[in-house]
Amino acid sequence: MYYLWVFLIGGFICMLGQMLIIYTNITSARILVTFVLIGVILQAFNIFAPISEFAKAGINVPIIGFGASLAKGAMSAVKSKGLLGAFTGGLEATAGGIAAAIIFAFIFSLIFKSKTK
Amino acid sequence: MKKNQTVKFRNKPKIIGSYSIVGPKEGKGNFAPFFNYIMKDDSFGEDSYEKAEKKMFEHAIVKAIEDAKIQPDDVNLLLAGDLLNQIISSSYAARNFNYAYLGLFGACSTMAESLAVGASLIDGGLFDTIVCATGSHFSTAERQFRFPLELGNQRPPTSQWTVTGAGSCVLSSKGDGPRITMATFGKVIDFGIKDVNDMGAAMAGAAMDTMLAHFRDTKTVPDDYDLIVTGDLGKLGSEILVDLMEVNGVKLGLNYNDCGQMYYMRNQNMLSGGSGCGCSATILNSYIINKLRKGELKRVLFMPTGALMSTTATQQGESIPGICHAIVIECDPQSADNYYEKVSTTKTYKTSRGNRKKGA
Amino acid sequence: MDETKRNEAYNRYVKAKIPKTKAWPSLFNSFWVGGVICCLGQGINDLILYWFPSMAEQTAWAYTLIVLIFLASFLTGIGVYDKIGKFAGGGSIVPITGFSNSITSPALEFKHEGIIYGIFVKMFTIAGPVIVTGVVASFIVGLIYIFI
Repeated sequence: MYYLWVFLIGGFICMLGQMLIIYTNITSARILVTFVLIGVILQAFNIFAPISEFAKAGINVPIIGFGASLAKGAMSAVKSKGLLGAFTGGLEATAGGIAAAIIFAFIFSLIFKSKTK
Repeated sequence: MKKNQTVKFRNKPKIIGSYSIVGPKEGKGNFAPFFNYIMKDDSFGEDSYEKAEKKMFEHAIVKAIEDAKIQPDDVNLLLAGDLLNQIISSSYAARNFNYAYLGLFGACSTMAESLAVGASLIDGGLFDTIVCATGSHFSTAERQFRFPLELGNQRPPTSQWTVTGAGSCVLSSKGDGPRITMATFGKVIDFGIKDVNDMGAAMAGAAMDTMLAHFRDTKTVPDDYDLIVTGDLGKLGSEILVDLMEVNGVKLGLNYNDCGQMYYMRNQNMLSGGSGCGCSATILNSYIINKLRKGELKRVLFMPTGALMSTTATQQGESIPGICHAIVIECDPQSADNYYEKVSTTKTYKTSRGNRKKGA
Repeated sequence: MDETKRNEAYNRYVKAKIPKTKAWPSLFNSFWVGGVICCLGQGINDLILYWFPSMAEQTAWAYTLIVLIFLASFLTGIGVYDKIGKFAGGGSIVPITGFSNSITSPALEFKHEGIIYGIFVKMFTIAGPVIVTGVVASFIVGLIYIFI
């Protein structure tokens, strides 16, 4: 049953992105930046966790989840390491995703060519 | 006294040869029957699209000289330009030819710019035979001005599709063919449009300015031409131009059209239409010159427009300046008669559809 | 007429002239494609937890995202993702798959300029800002948390 929530909330967030595209004509880089910021803010005010509770992938898969885990990493690292945690925490928490994106991009760019449209 | 932007050519340089080469998508468009060569694959056997664009250039230049039935050594000067940074496609193609070379940049208006400059040089008796060439490639333009090809984004409804294609023609003081009788050199006009996805609107102002200057200088009206054709304003831009001209008291009728708007079929879903140097160049060198040779069109006002923008300037918040050059090409009644004479005597009715070779 | 006034008037006129496309179809497409991608992520997450019940939730999410990033990167490589993007717009940009697409697509595009100056340098032309904003913003959040 929670798949319905995942679908509805995930879809709604993506639709917000599409609304930004249609009504403000912004490019995809700006959309990604906006949504990462939204995630960071949601996490900073501790709103992310309760939403994530029932939305699950609906909010973790959109790039909002990426922003939230950056902020979450920084927040928890600050507790254990102090100031150093503010520097290291964010990237530590998201290192997997960033490294995966880089590694797969590198591998596939060696294998494939961009095709004409 | 108002400055005169228009030159009239007394010796009437002739277009004695022309050639157009287009990509597969363009080959499915409205002008497919008129193109000389349709590439099966728009990499044209090269490993990068920049190299493919360069190869299209070379191909178009060589074949246009063949079409003119002159010796390659007869050519005095090559005038060429394209959209890429430092006009690499034309310059790199030019190193394979033993001709003097002038690189021109007029963005998408380069075809008219090169023809106007070439015609002036010939009319002044400075050169005998000049080759003018220009072209563009969707994939190279997309990478330079927009996004990587594989990026999953949507195009806004005003965006245009850069035509993959190159066109080339041979101008000469001797020989048979449509004559260039007038040229109007345009000014750079900026109406403050900043949206890079709305080039039609950015260039419409330049088209209006040049068109008004042309009608004023030559004391002609739109009805004096069989066809008035702008380069790549697209659907939106050409509607804007019609409105702008009406505001200035000139009514454009059914003889007006736009290359970009006409280029693709409706079902190809190209939003506002085609754009790029190749857009006007391939239509001029296929459809228009073909009709002028046969005498089916008598007098054409050809005025491609160009948006002189770069990504750097746009990112710094500059608006997009536009330019438009106009040339008048007239059918040579004598050569049109010759054309039909040749047709009736040899009994081989050679349209470009017959000449077209398929595939690479 | 004053030039800036003329330009303003022209911009207003152009804005009114731009064809209005219906927003609903594209919003609907982005909605259901985005929803499906999220459900896919949930499915992967559930499968991982089903096979490795002892795995921590945080780790399972990390693997889920890695699988999604892999899929998007692969689909970009074979030239499918941009077609999904053309159809769905925000539906395929906003999920983490869009982030993956925005790293893989310039890497593919600039392959011809060589591995170091092409792939490595250009890889972050689109996604770089995402990482920069994320890191800077999380640093600021962490800094604030030291004091409260």
